[in-house]
Amino acid sequence: MDNLPQIVSVLGDGIPETVIATLGGVLLTIVLSFGAGLLLLSPSRTARGVTRVYVEGFRGTSEVVQLFWIYFVLPVLVGFQLLPLFAGIVVLGLNHGAYGAEIVRGAIQSVPRAQYEGAIALSLSPAQRMRRVIFPQAFVEMLPPFNNLFIQLLKSTAILALITVPEVTRQAREVLIPNYGSDTLLIFGVTFVIYLILAALITLGMRLLERAASARLGRRPSRAARLAAKATAGVAS
Amino acid sequence: MPPPDTTESTTEPMTEPTTEPMIVFDGVEKRFGTNVVLKDLSFTVAPGEHVTLIGPSGSGKTTILRLLMTLEQLDEGTISVGGRYLSHELRSGTLGPPREKYLRDVRKHIGMVFQQFNLFPNMTVRGNLVEGPTRVLGLSKDEANSRAEELLDLVGLKEKIDAHPTQLSGGQQQRVAIARALAMRPDVLLLDEVTSALDPELVTGVLKLLQDIGDTTDITILCVTHEMGFARDFSDRVMMFDGGRVLEDAPPDKLFTDPDHQRTKDFLQAVLDH
Repeated sequence: MDNLPQIVSVLGDGIPETVIATLGGVLLTIVLSFGAGLLLLSPSRTARGVTRVYVEGFRGTSEVVQLFWIYFVLPVLVGFQLLPLFAGIVVLGLNHGAYGAEIVRGAIQSVPRAQYEGAIALSLSPAQRMRRVIFPQAFVEMLPPFNNLFIQLLKSTAILALITVPEVTRQAREVLIPNYGSDTLLIFGVTFVIYLILAALITLGMRLLERAASARLGRRPSRAARLAAKATAGVAS
Repeated sequence: MPPPDTTESTTEPMTEPTTEPMIVFDGVEKRFGTNVVLKDLSFTVAPGEHVTLIGPSGSGKTTILRLLMTLEQLDEGTISVGGRYLSHELRSGTLGPPREKYLRDVRKHIGMVFQQFNLFPNMTVRGNLVEGPTRVLGLSKDEANSRAEELLDLVGLKEKIDAHPTQLSGGQQQRVAIARALAMRPDVLLLDEVTSALDPELVTGVLKLLQDIGDTTDITILCVTHEMGFARDFSDRVMMFDGGRVLEDAPPDKLFTDPDHQRTKDFLQAVLDH
């Protein structure tokens, strides 16, 4: 326990890298998820086909191998090497964007057909239907699975240790273990806690977003209203 | 164009021969897979006329409304509304498949109220009412708002303007849906079993509202309903469907008291017994 302050301090030095990798990865994930998710629903067969290749390609291969490709193989092919952190963000984003695309596609498809028909009956254009009616309803459905995905992404940042990014896991393995070899339990114990706290922060953020989005759909009062309606109906009959 | 007499009905069509019909179905066929839902269907509806479609489920009544709202595409024949083709687009003298932009323009004149209301839960009542007028008809926010308030007053829900649809009862939601359809000032209004999803005690209010709208506007109304009492009071004409064809087409007094076909009698009896 004597070395706890040093351990926390060295791991703490890795937190900014972990957080930057996570935020960068999340940002790229969001962009790719919505882009690819909408393309999966495109009327164009070519657009769907190309997107499908991206999704299956990145979902179906190892994230670690993808990382090695972009960091070690790409330089051989194009002649320059990406910065480790940047290469890491690109892989995290591409990989999780492939999963996110399915979340977006699934959520949009889960909006009842009746909502499209209501929008057609008001003569809204296809773009207006999507933007004004379908997407806002699908968005709420996307938030819980995206919460999962972002936590997965946070945990995946540990693989950036393999390409020398000095994030939390690399700090533990490369800096602390050689120096405080007898404190393995403590080192990886604190490492665990750091990921746990960061994951909790992601969940907190997503919950707040979910609450705001649900309120816009009038969902909270609805349950109360339905219960109230049920209760009064019971009294009346 | 006179409807061809495919029904062996002895009743003359009620349309005024001097006015252009608002709705024309000509030789319409609609199939779902191998199932023929409508077969060689031809009829016309005059401007301002109230026509109720009755018949056993699966007889194609709702499909007629859905074809008119362009929610389905037909397989044979043509449909026109207000003198313009709905099923086809007339381009350099030939009929072709309608393009989205053309359809949107034709749809503006048609409103529909659905069995399940289909209000948008991501908007307030006000949002639901101003969406079409502002984005499709190009009304200003103020104009659309005052139109929304006026219509909510008509349907008796002025105080609910800022509520979410989910906070309303079924009957209230349906009245908002009716107001939403009217906000587009349609020439034709389609009512698809609008009271079927409502609790019995809420049905009367909605039917009374529709009766008021029928009495005070000149909107052409096509209505699918199982409320025979309402059909009788509301309609100028009732069409009895069976197996995708018009079995009988008559004024309500005739059709409900002295139908020509045994099939109609049996159907009415079954509905009354229910």
